[in-house]
Amino acid sequence: MRFEEWKGFNKGRWEKEIDVRNFIQLNYTPYEGTDEFLTEPTETTRKLWDKVLDLYKQEQANNGVLDIDTKTISSIAAHEAGYIDKELEKIVGLQTDAPLKRAIMPFGGIRIVEKSCEAYGRKIDEDVAKTFHGIRRTHNDGVFSVYTPDVRAARSSHLITGLPDGYGRGRIIGDYRRIALYGVDVLIEEKNKALELLDKDFDEDVIREREEIFDQIASLKELKVMAQKYGYDISKPATNSKEAVQWLYFGYLAAIKEQNGAAMSLGRVTTFLDIYFERDLKEGTLTEEEVQEIMDHFVMKLRMVRFLRTPEYDALFSGDPAWVTEAIGGMGLDGRTLVTKNSFRMLHTLTNLGPAPEPNMTILWAQNLPQGFKEYAAKMSIKTSSIQYENDDLMRDFWGDDYGIACCVSAMRIGKQMQFFGARCNLAKTLLYAMNGGRDELSGKQVAPKFEPVTSEYLDYDDVMYKFDNMMEYVAKIYIKALNAIHYMHDKYAYEKIEMALHDEKILRTMATGIAGLSVVADSLSAIKYAKVKAIRNEQGLIEHYEVEGDFPKYGNDDDRVDDIAVDVVKRFMNKIAKQKTYRNAKPTMSILTITSNVVYGKNTGDTPDGRKGGEPFGPGANPLHGRDANGAIAVMNTVAKLPYEYSEDGISYTFSITPATLGKEKEIRVRNLIALLDGYFKQTGQHINVNVFDRELLIDAMDHPEKYPQLTIRVSGYAVNFVKLTREQQLDVINRTIHEKI
Amino acid sequence: MSEIKGRIHSFESLGAVDGPGVRYVIFMQGCPLRCKYCHNRDTREYSLGKKYPVDDIVNQVKRYVAYMGKDGGVTVTGGEPLLQIEFVTELFKKLKENNIHTALDTSGFVNTEKLGDLLKYTDLVLLDIKHMDLNEHLKLTGVSNEKIKLFAKYLSDNGIPMWIRHVLVPGITDSEEHLISLREFIKTLKTVEKVEVLGYHTLGASKWELCEEDYPLKGVPEATKEDVKRAKKILEIE
Repeated sequence: MRFEEWKGFNKGRWEKEIDVRNFIQLNYTPYEGTDEFLTEPTETTRKLWDKVLDLYKQEQANNGVLDIDTKTISSIAAHEAGYIDKELEKIVGLQTDAPLKRAIMPFGGIRIVEKSCEAYGRKIDEDVAKTFHGIRRTHNDGVFSVYTPDVRAARSSHLITGLPDGYGRGRIIGDYRRIALYGVDVLIEEKNKALELLDKDFDEDVIREREEIFDQIASLKELKVMAQKYGYDISKPATNSKEAVQWLYFGYLAAIKEQNGAAMSLGRVTTFLDIYFERDLKEGTLTEEEVQEIMDHFVMKLRMVRFLRTPEYDALFSGDPAWVTEAIGGMGLDGRTLVTKNSFRMLHTLTNLGPAPEPNMTILWAQNLPQGFKEYAAKMSIKTSSIQYENDDLMRDFWGDDYGIACCVSAMRIGKQMQFFGARCNLAKTLLYAMNGGRDELSGKQVAPKFEPVTSEYLDYDDVMYKFDNMMEYVAKIYIKALNAIHYMHDKYAYEKIEMALHDEKILRTMATGIAGLSVVADSLSAIKYAKVKAIRNEQGLIEHYEVEGDFPKYGNDDDRVDDIAVDVVKRFMNKIAKQKTYRNAKPTMSILTITSNVVYGKNTGDTPDGRKGGEPFGPGANPLHGRDANGAIAVMNTVAKLPYEYSEDGISYTFSITPATLGKEKEIRVRNLIALLDGYFKQTGQHINVNVFDRELLIDAMDHPEKYPQLTIRVSGYAVNFVKLTREQQLDVINRTIHEKI
Repeated sequence: MSEIKGRIHSFESLGAVDGPGVRYVIFMQGCPLRCKYCHNRDTREYSLGKKYPVDDIVNQVKRYVAYMGKDGGVTVTGGEPLLQIEFVTELFKKLKENNIHTALDTSGFVNTEKLGDLLKYTDLVLLDIKHMDLNEHLKLTGVSNEKIKLFAKYLSDNGIPMWIRHVLVPGITDSEEHLISLREFIKTLKTVEKVEVLGYHTLGASKWELCEEDYPLKGVPEATKEDVKRAKKILEIE
């Protein structure tokens, strides 16, 4: 390959085959300085952002949904071009023909589209309804045509929750950089070559792959058509940085036009784009102000990603999440930092446009990150609470130096790996089922097979553990059964054509399971082991309540007696998952992550042996239950850091909230202390941390006067949300559970 | 192995306001003072503390070294750590063997001849001066301030770095006269690295209720930011 557009770039393998990492390594400029070069928003940016803020207001006033296109079945090129203000926008492209107007994507499931429309007082077009009721099957139809009674029962009793069986699975990251670097024609050519090679043992797998690649090629062609509607020909590589951002964004836009995925990450584009910016800055064709302007406009677009979802979905995941996750920083395998000036610019959009949950800014932290960047990141964290951190030193060993984060904590090599998203199973409920012989503690229904229940008045650790182990075995089995069905059908009826077109042909697939309620399980088992727990049964012999006599070690205090139990449970469950046969031989993995669903899971789970009352929220992700940590935040961090990443490769989420005054008395000191905390937590091999720095009083005020805080962003278990969009229950949970305050 | 045990109220693994950097804070049990504004009322009675051997604490602290960075370390507070000099000395000695920064947060109510080797292992003293006037001090804390002043001088004479802390209580410790007197006293000390004005707050009041006692400063307002600013100005800091 040889392109005029590549002039000035260092040559290498990337010119011969698709290899974006190689291009980055040979061409990027590490930046070890401070934030002093950053510039203010331009006049154009201010004007444009004001328009967006105004649109936000209209959207909020309209029940959170501004408009819906109920007629056009969304696809890459289905909608006409749309603009906020054509004259002002440096980067163009909207999901539909108007800003914040939501599209319908019925291939995942028609019912959810209908329900969503109805919730906002709309009705989908009759022809669309007809097509998807009876003519064209959806992913949702497919899954429910094969679900077995045991899976259905586990699902409706909230033993397995949040499964992507009625909505898009998401969590796939296309390598959108390829479009900027190579142009679409090269990508099509490469896919054609792959198709030619795929002509052996014409079995089911090969036939499926051929069909998939055929679809991928079609989607790339569609992508060109979509760009054409905005007046761009993206057949060839981008010639300058503005085009590079635009080409890349078109790729991402195609993905979010095609898929209403649970999480639609951007990947790791910041440093890649810096190479283009550096070239233009060197040539003098752009100024720093103009570079920042392009980034600001790009980020504006990422903040405007909207999906049509039901209010129930929003309640589970807090507001309107899209998880446009961008991984920033980290270190290269050769020891150079991957921090560039553009890493600063990306974070700087939080100043120029104000804090926001999207894009989900994720800093890959390493002990050797340049001090200037550590300071800037910590400063921005304290200022905006919009940043999450993940341990690059830990993950680099697993995934190299060109991985991104899907959703919140799931690392994957860009363009080389995807996951089958599996939501999570309720491990606390699993424990209760173990003691009640497979009956649900709330309904009394026999959900799991009739296992031997616990019959003693006082719970015995070995007895409970034995039964819990058996029940985990059962849950692991039906859980994977459900996921296999889901992903078979998702591939069949709602295949992510464009995202997969931006992957290699040979990829690693993971079957990403998850658990909720880990701290409740650990504390419950600890109470049974170290205190005395009496089971209180109803007339039907169902254990409904527990009485705890005496004290017991609690998860979140860096106490090995209970932390070891948590580690043991994680390993046991992962080992059981690993035994199952998975769809497409995906590699089983597990996460300890709940986002905000810990509230809903808690609501659906009865009393637990640790003294938690039925209905009370679980701790989010790997956090302790609120109020259980008696030795402060670092003790909690030490506990969470003990959870073994090699048994939870899909990520371990910890949410940390602190009041500014508790972090230190002066601004500079707070920055230094936060850096020390992050260095420490990651040295202890913690994987992920959300950092919130805010006053309890401020949140209480925001709860009562949402109109005063339209942009107040907080981080919850892997994700940032607008605080005012949370349900009241979730708001209270955030305020109560994790704020570390010292008296 | 050391056999010495200390009576301890609790631990705070993330201390960022008691000395420099991120600190592991140990709250000792027991205090000879009876400060009306005490915000750790529950640490007063010595007998209530749980006993911990020095080595256990040192092992515990080692779990937190990763977070301390260049600035952080361990702060022993309370209660009054100087009620348990032998324990704190042994603890600090062991911490220094592990290159961990040590800070002693104290009221300074002690006979200096009893200090023994403690200060040899103490990197920093956070000295809380409650009031300069003898009678006011008696009223506020139940004890005289003479020993405290002598302790401050002793630190100064022996080259021990200190941060002076002063709790600003509206109507009690915020008069100009008193603050000037405090400023002049501080000027006589050679090793003061920092002076901190801590605005009085009522967050500790609930702990009195738990101890089934009336809060003595009921009705006294919290110090405002402006109050603290004014005091700092008089004290000539910042």
